[in-house]
Amino acid sequence: MSRTAIVVDKVLPFTAEKIWRALTNSDQIAKWLMPNDFVPQVGQRFNFRTRPMGDWDGVVHCEVLACEPPRLLRYSWKGGSDSGKASRLDTEVTWTLTPVEGGTHVRMVHDGFVLPENSIAYDAMSPGWGRVLDRIASVVAEAA
Amino acid sequence: MIMTAAQLTSVLKTLADPTRRAMFERIARDGEVAATGLVRGTRVSQPAVSQHLRALREAGLVVERREGRHIRYRIAPEGLSPLIDWLGHYQAFWRERFDRLEAMLKESKE
Repeated sequence: MSRTAIVVDKVLPFTAEKIWRALTNSDQIAKWLMPNDFVPQVGQRFNFRTRPMGDWDGVVHCEVLACEPPRLLRYSWKGGSDSGKASRLDTEVTWTLTPVEGGTHVRMVHDGFVLPENSIAYDAMSPGWGRVLDRIASVVAEAA
Repeated sequence: MIMTAAQLTSVLKTLADPTRRAMFERIARDGEVAATGLVRGTRVSQPAVSQHLRALREAGLVVERREGRHIRYRIAPEGLSPLIDWLGHYQAFWRERFDRLEAMLKESKE
């Protein structure tokens, strides 16, 4: 099995402190991410709640793994259904804030998606693959 | 839609073949194509094209529709759901939420 990650990377024109509050204040998180009961303290367990999908109840089970204001935040991100192995999630989300000229470099890494052995072929797929996947994802979203 | 690991493996195996993947991408791009249209402009023989189409159909990646003497193929969006299940879902999810985070930061005065 191989692991793969989703990375979102951007420089935002705000201070690290301001972005940190958006990432760690429960009310603010709810505004842009999901309803939650987040507490910014290592070892704290919390949930995100969203619309159920398939036989997944829409609850993400999390635990704060690292909390170093205003630069590093990491929590586990678990959920999904037990009925299909491909559908269960055991992942981690890491936020890194780095002050740069004109703002703060924000990097989100959602790591730990497990793909089967033959995903080496998946990794080797042409760049066109991403476009097709995007197209299909939007088709599925429209059909839903 | 919740898929089993076996279904995911089947989709990945089917698309691991470069010729088949190219055909799949072409069908995705063109919308709906006849088998003859897939043979034209490639070095792949008619029997090979038929065989790849059968594999794609069996993996649930394309569906066929008969029109007179021709059979037309188009992609079955749900066929890729073993792949888009979480990875695709979260890719779109995080992009969208990141935009929302940025919009929220712009709005707040503090």
